[in-house]
Amino acid sequence: MEVNSWVLWQFDVLILLMVLVCAVVALQLRDLVASAISFGAYSFFMCLLWTLMLAVDVAFTEAAVGAGVSTVLFLGTALHIRRRAKD
Amino acid sequence: MKVIAALFSIVLGVVLLVAANDLPIWGDPESPVSVHLSSYFIEHSVEQTSVPNFVTAVLADYRGYDTMFETAVIFCAGITVMTILRRSHRLRKKNVPPRPVREGQDIIICSAARLIVPMMQLFALYVLAHGHHSPGGGFQGGVIFGASFILLALAYDLKTVLSRLKEKTMMLVSGLGVLVYAGIGVLCLFLGGNFLDYSRLASILQVTEIEARSHGILGVEVGVALTVTCIMLSLYADLASGGEMDEGL
Repeated sequence: MEVNSWVLWQFDVLILLMVLVCAVVALQLRDLVASAISFGAYSFFMCLLWTLMLAVDVAFTEAAVGAGVSTVLFLGTALHIRRRAKD
Repeated sequence: MKVIAALFSIVLGVVLLVAANDLPIWGDPESPVSVHLSSYFIEHSVEQTSVPNFVTAVLADYRGYDTMFETAVIFCAGITVMTILRRSHRLRKKNVPPRPVREGQDIIICSAARLIVPMMQLFALYVLAHGHHSPGGGFQGGVIFGASFILLALAYDLKTVLSRLKEKTMMLVSGLGVLVYAGIGVLCLFLGGNFLDYSRLASILQVTEIEARSHGILGVEVGVALTVTCIMLSLYADLASGGEMDEGL
């Protein structure tokens, strides 16, 4: 199957890079709300990655749970504890 | 301490990367999974279950037992969060950090939410019912349905949502979802089959055994969706209100 054509290969690397960037940013940010948003972006790029690997069911779940609900749950929690992490 | 943590992460990452080398490459037709498992499901799942989406057929039929306990795990997670966080006004400690004050409701956000929520709920039902033919199913449908309630709680207030869907109802329905799943399994048992052997439902549903498996999958998906919807909302309500269920974010 010619899924990994030249254009998609470029997309693959770009999305993989964005996943890494979002993951590192989510860890490094001190502001927990910003960190939660960055983690949501991470989930969204993971969702795109699943789609590129043709695992559409997994991508759907990732979009609904990872990028959607869990971001809201993180936000709800972050607003209740001290908003800025110590380290 | 930070250096040790970084070193540990790097070592673990290297070990995982080295181990990942042993995995078959993505989409390798010679890998054991492609040779033995996938071909069986691709060739037989439609004629055995009349469900065109293999993923749904495998999740809810061939591996139905796993999915039942996944639903139970979600139910347990919701119960656990509630047990830890839920508290009444009487028990409220004095030293809780002050919560951000809500300054009324924004008319733009409220109007947008009122437009979006019915669409979301309709889409959730579509995802649930159409899981046989397209990506989706009980879990995704339930999450989207729960998210529509969460959106309502974000735009209006947690009280508005909880007055429509009482906490007691929520917990009852989430337990009911697991019960629906397990109940269908037990029903198959009483009809003379194995646990979760949906083909036995044919005598009740008046369809062929193959179609009965498809209908059985829909039945358990409804159970999953009920549990997931209520647990998602109860997780949000507990986390966002600090367990007091009075006001949200």
